[in-house]
Amino acid sequence: MSDLALWGLFLAVGVGTFAMRLSFVELYGRLRIPSVLSRALLYVPASVLAALVLPAVVYPNGQGAFVLNNPQIPAAIIATWVAWQTRNTVLTLAVGMGGLWLFKYLGW
Amino acid sequence: MAYRTAREAFMQGVRALIPLVPGVVPFGLLTGVMAINMGFSPGTTMGMTLLFYSGSAQIVALQLLHTGVVPLTIVVTALVINLRFIMYSASLAPYLHHLPRRWTWPLFYMLSDQSYALCSLKLSSGELGRFAHHYYAGTAVAMWLSWQLSVLAGIYLGASIPETWSLSFAIPLSFLALLVPGIRSAATLGAATVGGLLAVIAVDMPYNLGLVTASLGGVMAGLLIESIRKRPLSATLTPDVERETR
Repeated sequence: MSDLALWGLFLAVGVGTFAMRLSFVELYGRLRIPSVLSRALLYVPASVLAALVLPAVVYPNGQGAFVLNNPQIPAAIIATWVAWQTRNTVLTLAVGMGGLWLFKYLGW
Repeated sequence: MAYRTAREAFMQGVRALIPLVPGVVPFGLLTGVMAINMGFSPGTTMGMTLLFYSGSAQIVALQLLHTGVVPLTIVVTALVINLRFIMYSASLAPYLHHLPRRWTWPLFYMLSDQSYALCSLKLSSGELGRFAHHYYAGTAVAMWLSWQLSVLAGIYLGASIPETWSLSFAIPLSFLALLVPGIRSAATLGAATVGGLLAVIAVDMPYNLGLVTASLGGVMAGLLIESIRKRPLSATLTPDVERETR
């Protein structure tokens, strides 16, 4: 991607995000979120994050080629368990990366 | 409690944020490291960090740039992830909208999950008194500095990390660390499960539409489960009501 396109992308996300952050302050009293939409928004993070995690773990080489000897899968399962038990970011990252290196070393 | 001076309120805001910093720093470091490993210059990386000021959207955008997704899809995905700021804005606006723009624009540029979590209840209860916006500003500025400085530290770490460490795996891991603690109900679990599975199935869709399709599917699954779990109660109630009105 060219530098210009890259900065265009950053600017578009930056301005869009700023507009969302400021939306109700500027439009106070003139704007209401429909209740279905605000309920739907609650599920956006879980859905989007899962949709990012699972393909990145299952397809280590990018586009849809499933490989069986993929050390990322057991490492991600262990990291999920750690995240669930401890809710600790640093520990989840450390155990996940450590697991990946271990399974690679063992020739998974 | 109500603060006597603006300075006191601001410093209390800063103090309230400090315990949250250890959870922020690893993401900032990772963001800096990833951007440098993908070949971005320190200037480009900091420009992106200043413009986004949103860790999850930035890591997602980096991941999608890494897999070579078209720019429009990246913008849409990043903005979808940031839709939650509309809710935060709606929730804080009643207490801060009266301030002049030289206050609201910087304060709302610095709106973050952390500041929102710390301030939303305190603002609505009115316990902060007339220096409430200084308290919010304290949390917001402290959060902003923590994020920018940890990305900057990551930039200088990033140059010294070799390829063989397969650090790109840290991105999905950081999403896991964000995702798993957020699953608090059957409905969020359903949204995550359906979103994740659809994304795996739809990975070959053009323009990375698989991600958008999967996310929408997950959200609909969440809403569906939420309404099913509420229905048994209303289903048992309505026949009785009907009988009585007849």
